[in-house]
Amino acid sequence: MAVIRDMMTTFELFQPANVEDAAALLREHEGRAWVLAGGLDSFDWFKDRIKRPAVVVDLGGIESLKGIESTADGLEIGAMTPLTDVVRHPDIAENYGLLAEAAELVASPQIRNQGTLGGNVSQDTRCWYYRDGWICYRAGGNICYADTPTSMNREHAIFGADRCVAVNPSDTAPALIALDAKMVVQTTGGERVVDAEDYFIGPSTDIMRMTILRPGDLLTSIRIPSTWAGARFYFEKVRDRQVWDFPLVNVASAIRVSGGTIEDARVAVNGVAPYPMRLTAVEDALRGATQDEATAERVGELAIRGARPLRQNAYKIPLMRNLVKRSVRVAEA
Amino acid sequence: MNFLTWGTDPYGQELLIRISWDLLYLASVSGILFVIGHAVWLSFLAPSVSAAEVDDAQLANVPEKVARHSLASRAFHWIMAVAMLVLLFTGFLPAIGVQFAWVTMHWIAGVVLTLSIIYHIIHASFWLDLWSMWIGPQDVTDAVRRFKRSLGQDAPAPRKHAKYPLENRLYHHAIVVTGGLVTITGLLMMYRIETPLWTRDPYILADQTWGMVYVVHGLSAVSLVTLVIAHIYFGLRPEKRWITWSMIRGWIDRRHYVEHHDPEQWAARSEGDSGQR
Repeated sequence: MAVIRDMMTTFELFQPANVEDAAALLREHEGRAWVLAGGLDSFDWFKDRIKRPAVVVDLGGIESLKGIESTADGLEIGAMTPLTDVVRHPDIAENYGLLAEAAELVASPQIRNQGTLGGNVSQDTRCWYYRDGWICYRAGGNICYADTPTSMNREHAIFGADRCVAVNPSDTAPALIALDAKMVVQTTGGERVVDAEDYFIGPSTDIMRMTILRPGDLLTSIRIPSTWAGARFYFEKVRDRQVWDFPLVNVASAIRVSGGTIEDARVAVNGVAPYPMRLTAVEDALRGATQDEATAERVGELAIRGARPLRQNAYKIPLMRNLVKRSVRVAEA
Repeated sequence: MNFLTWGTDPYGQELLIRISWDLLYLASVSGILFVIGHAVWLSFLAPSVSAAEVDDAQLANVPEKVARHSLASRAFHWIMAVAMLVLLFTGFLPAIGVQFAWVTMHWIAGVVLTLSIIYHIIHASFWLDLWSMWIGPQDVTDAVRRFKRSLGQDAPAPRKHAKYPLENRLYHHAIVVTGGLVTITGLLMMYRIETPLWTRDPYILADQTWGMVYVVHGLSAVSLVTLVIAHIYFGLRPEKRWITWSMIRGWIDRRHYVEHHDPEQWAARSEGDSGQR
């Protein structure tokens, strides 16, 4: 339980200058080390004394993990690139505006200056039972305190729950999935590149983690292929406080339209499941359809099929349906 | 090494969570060490035991194929074996870091195991010889004699086996206890997850009681790891393979019957005889 706030327990701090050193440190202290990116999520944990790592590996000094580069097939964004840089990058703004829009809606300007793209996609859930130190499934226990008849679960999952009902809170994650991004992960066995949608895992696979990153693994960069450059994009985030909050639900879509007909589409939502959800059934229904109200209506209904609300979050179902509808109806070049 | 995992509940009270995964490694290592130890002892240290003499007259009175396991019994054994292996792998691989969506596979295998056990209880109670699993004082005497002779000591000759050797019956009873506990606790734990079978209700027990359910489930399951390792080892040993084959084919040949079994305790019936017990 969190007793003392704003006082971190002591830990050994390492500030490696390159990825190899960071990886070596993580190997050396496997199971005891915490990877620190921008620190927005980490310092919450540390100051609340819920997570008490013996070793912290700060990636802030690794220059190779920062920056945005054009490649032969799109862009490569270093995992430690601040969100503000993502928002302001001209190529991203021009060709991958979906990501710029999503990144701009993350928290506040100060947080975007400090927070990183890698940190945003790898952050932990905001379930307050878990973050308050209750020994739930995600914390290694054998119960979900958010899924009881009297628990406060307005912000929790309507899809993909498996014992744990926490949701993924990232804004940039659905945008990256819609852009068909690839996550580059440095593992003990070498470099591994996975599709953005496969980077995230649900509680049925591992109830104590939200991504595929194992102890010792590092997300080093995110590659955005040019496949969807200049497509029609839509991003919308619904939150309780408009200036600064995590999403209740967000939606990201990338659509290619030719003569009023949708040629191809990728749609993802977050805040409704323990992982950002790519809506493949919606995408299938969109291909070849006319971009009009009837199509939007149909895929909105399709999107919410199988939703299972908890006691206090049934509102997420119409919210998600309407966001998906809008993402199809309003998506513009 | 830890034996149990504890946490702190929202009221600051210590809460039993489950067994420590250290016990999984202990159970696995114990099973492997037993296998190695037994194989070494049998290969290099055990005094050679000559097979019982079998004369043609004895063989003539016994059917060529002696029925040992009915089709129903064999079906139960193999269904249970598959379910058990699926349960062990889906239960423990995630604990050692192999990531996959295991929960659905685990509970479905658990339901298959439960149904197979119910089937076996009914089948054994009404169609099989339930008492063939009983261990009496004479069985203990025979076991002591057999053990002394295996160490090269003098002891009177033990009786030949009944239908099931003592070690088979002991193993069966160990499986009854561990399998029974793991099944009962597993069925309770299914109240904590979404299944089509009944409405999820994690509140049928108090937190501490759930902790004990998890511990009993875990202890039974890691015990099964050791037991299954030993079982597979014996099933593959060359001198035991005729027993393993009987669990596939349903019968043993007359020579093995005469060599190892006592007709007084287990009367031979021909394979295909519907009166098989």
